[in-house]
Amino acid sequence: MADAILKIEGLKVAVDGKEILRGVDLEIPQGEIHALMGPNGSGKSTLAYALAGHPRYEITDGRVMFRGEVVASADEDETLEADERARLGMFLAMQYPMEVPGVSVLNFLRTSLSAVRGEEITPRAFMKEFNDASKLLEFDKSFADRYLNEGFSGGEKKRHEILQMALLKPKVAILDETDSGLDIDALRVVSNGVNTLRGPDLGVLIITHYTRILNYIKPDVVHVMFEGRIAKTGGPELADHLEQVGYVEFGSHEEATAPAAH
Amino acid sequence: MSTIPPPAEVEGLDQYKFGWHDPSHSVFTPKKGLSPDVVREISAIKNEPEWMTKFRLRALEIFDRKAMPNWGGDLTEMDFQDIYYYIRASDRQGRSWDEVPDDIKNTFDRLGIPEAERKFLAGVSAQYESEVVYHSIREDLSKQGVIFCDTDTALREHEDIFKEHWATVIPPGDNKFAALNSAVWSGGSFIWVPPGVRVEIPLQAYFRINQENMGQFERTLIICEEDSFVHYVEGCTAPVYSSDSLHSAVVEIICKKGSRCRYTTIQNWSTNVYNLVTKRAVCHEGATMEWVDGNLGSKLTMKYPAVWMVGPHARGEVLSIAFASEGMHQDAGAKMVHVAPDTSSTIISKSISKGGGRTSYRGLVRVEPGAQRVKANVVCDALLLDEDSRSDTYPYMDIQAEDTSIGHEATVSKVADDQVFYLMSRGLSEEEAMAMIVRGFIEPIAKELPMEYAVELNRLIELQMEGSIG
Repeated sequence: MADAILKIEGLKVAVDGKEILRGVDLEIPQGEIHALMGPNGSGKSTLAYALAGHPRYEITDGRVMFRGEVVASADEDETLEADERARLGMFLAMQYPMEVPGVSVLNFLRTSLSAVRGEEITPRAFMKEFNDASKLLEFDKSFADRYLNEGFSGGEKKRHEILQMALLKPKVAILDETDSGLDIDALRVVSNGVNTLRGPDLGVLIITHYTRILNYIKPDVVHVMFEGRIAKTGGPELADHLEQVGYVEFGSHEEATAPAAH
Repeated sequence: MSTIPPPAEVEGLDQYKFGWHDPSHSVFTPKKGLSPDVVREISAIKNEPEWMTKFRLRALEIFDRKAMPNWGGDLTEMDFQDIYYYIRASDRQGRSWDEVPDDIKNTFDRLGIPEAERKFLAGVSAQYESEVVYHSIREDLSKQGVIFCDTDTALREHEDIFKEHWATVIPPGDNKFAALNSAVWSGGSFIWVPPGVRVEIPLQAYFRINQENMGQFERTLIICEEDSFVHYVEGCTAPVYSSDSLHSAVVEIICKKGSRCRYTTIQNWSTNVYNLVTKRAVCHEGATMEWVDGNLGSKLTMKYPAVWMVGPHARGEVLSIAFASEGMHQDAGAKMVHVAPDTSSTIISKSISKGGGRTSYRGLVRVEPGAQRVKANVVCDALLLDEDSRSDTYPYMDIQAEDTSIGHEATVSKVADDQVFYLMSRGLSEEEAMAMIVRGFIEPIAKELPMEYAVELNRLIELQMEGSIG
C-alpha cells in the first residue's frame, strides 16, 4: 500500500459549539479514489469543510495530516489557513460554489493559479492551460468572460469546480456532492474530467449520498459515514450493496439510489 | 516672496500615498480669513474686469447670508476664518514642464502627471493651490478650434463666450458653497468644443493642495457646442496635515443639441480635506451628459453631480463609486431633473465602507409636469467590509408626470464569509480575497473608465484595502 497522502486521525469537529464529527479515522493512499457515502446529516460535508479549512468548522480533537505534515488539529498553531492548504495541493470541489459578481472566470482562475503555484503565470501560458481544461470540461469560449458562478446552472457550477481541479492539479481532491443536481450529461462530463485527472499522484475523496456517480468513477475503497464516524469500510462492492439495501443497517431509512431524474 | 512656516504633519497615516508635502514658497499669500477686502484683493491680483469683481462681492454677500447646511455630513468643526483663500505659488504658467518651478514640478512628477500626459492625454492642466501652473493642449485640437485653458485665462482671452455661459448653470445663490466658490474662485478648467468636433482622447486636469489650511476653489466651465464630444478627467490629492483644508469647486457644463460630455473624477483627497463640490450639467435636445465620479478620499465629501435635461431626448448618467475608510464620510449621490419629455437617466451608485467609514447615497430624481415618457433608473449598492462601518441610503423621487417609467433598486450587503472562504480555498490570501470581491463589486463602473484610470482606481482601492484584515 502506497503512503497515505491524506491521513485523518480521531478527528472531532464542532460547528457553532455542536459536535458533528465524533472521531473520524480515514486514510487515502496516493493514487487511490475513495468514496465517502452516508445518509443526510451523517457529517460528510462537515468533513469536507474541515479538511479545506473553513473557519466555522472547529477542530476539537484529532488531526489531519497531508503528505506526512499536520495541516489541522485542535492546536491552532499547527492549523493552516484555507489558502495555505490550497497552496500545498489540497482541493475541495464545493457543493455550493459561491457567486462573486464582477469577477470574471478568467481573472479568477489566473489569480488562483498564480497564487497556488506561487508565481505569476504569463497570460499566454495561462490561456493554453485554460483552453485545454475548458475543452476537457466542455465549456465554450464565452464562458471565460462570465462572472464567477453568477447565473451558472447547477451543472455549469460543478463542471467549473472540476475545471479548477484540472488547472490547479492538486495532490488530493475532495469532491463534495459533486453529483447532486446534475443531469446525466453533466454527470458524464464531470466524471470524464475526474477520470482523466486520475493518476498515481492524485488522491481523491468523492463524497456522495448516492451510488450514481460511482457507476462513472470507479472507487478503490468505499467508506460509510454515520453519526460522525466511519461506520464501515469496504471495496467497490460495498457501494453495490448500499444500492440494493440503502442505509438501513445503519439505522437510516434513506435510499442510496438517486431519485429518478426529472 | 513669503514663506509659510512648515506645518505639523500627522504621523502614522502613511497608508495615504500622496500625504507628503513639499516646502511652500508662495509668491503671494494673503492672510487667513474671508472678507470683502480679501475678495477685492484676489480680483485685483488677477486684473479682472469690473463685472467679475462685482459678481464676486455679491456672491460673498449671499454666502454670508446663507445658513450652513444642516443635512449631509458634519460641518460644525469647519472654521471659515482659519483658511487661506488664495495662494499663488508661481508667478507664471508653464507651457512645458521645464518652465514650471522645480519644487512644483517635482510634486507633479511624483504624482506621475508628466508621464501620463506623454502616454495618453490630449491636454493637461495642473493646478497647485489656487493657480494653474502648467497647461498644454495638443496642437491638432487647438487647430480644430478647441479651447482648453484655465478659467482665469479664459476670462481674459475669451470673455464673450465666457460671459455668455458663466454662472448660468449654477448661480451664486444656488447653495452656500457655490456662493463661496463664486466669491473666491481661482483656477479650474475652461473647455469650449466647437460644433461637430469630437475630442477622442481625454483632457485632464490635476488638482493638488500643498499648503495646510488651504482652500482650493477651482471653477470649471465646459461648453459643448452642437454635436460635439469631449471627455474630461480630473484627479485630486493633498498632503496629510493635522488641521483641515477645504476644497469647494463649482463645475458647470452646457451640452448643446446632440452633444455629449463625459466628466470623470477620481478624488483621492487626504482625510483632512472637506470636499464640498457643486457639479451640474444642462442637456439640450438629444444631448448626453455622463458623470463618472470616484470618491476615495477626504474627511467629508458632499457631492451630487446633477443633470438637467431641458430638451427632448436628452440623457443623463451618473456612475458613482464611494469608498469610506476610517475617519471618512462620503455623502455622495446624484440629481436627475427631467424638464423635457422623452428624456432618460440612469444613476448607478456603488459604495464600500470599511474600518468605521461611512457612506451615504443621497439622490434625487425629479420629473417636471408635462415631461411625459421619461425613463429613469436608480441602482444603489452598498458593500460593508466589517461590523463597524455604516451605509445609508436617502433616495428622493419627485414625479409630476403620469406617463413615466421609474425604477429603483437598493441593496446593502456584507462580504460573506463563505465568499472569502471560497476564494481562499483557491489559494488567495484573505486580503487578496477581500480585494477581489471589492474589485468585482465596482467592476460595472471600473469598466467605464479609460484603461489607465481603471488601473489607477484598482490600485487606489488596493491601497485602501491594505491592513484591512485585523
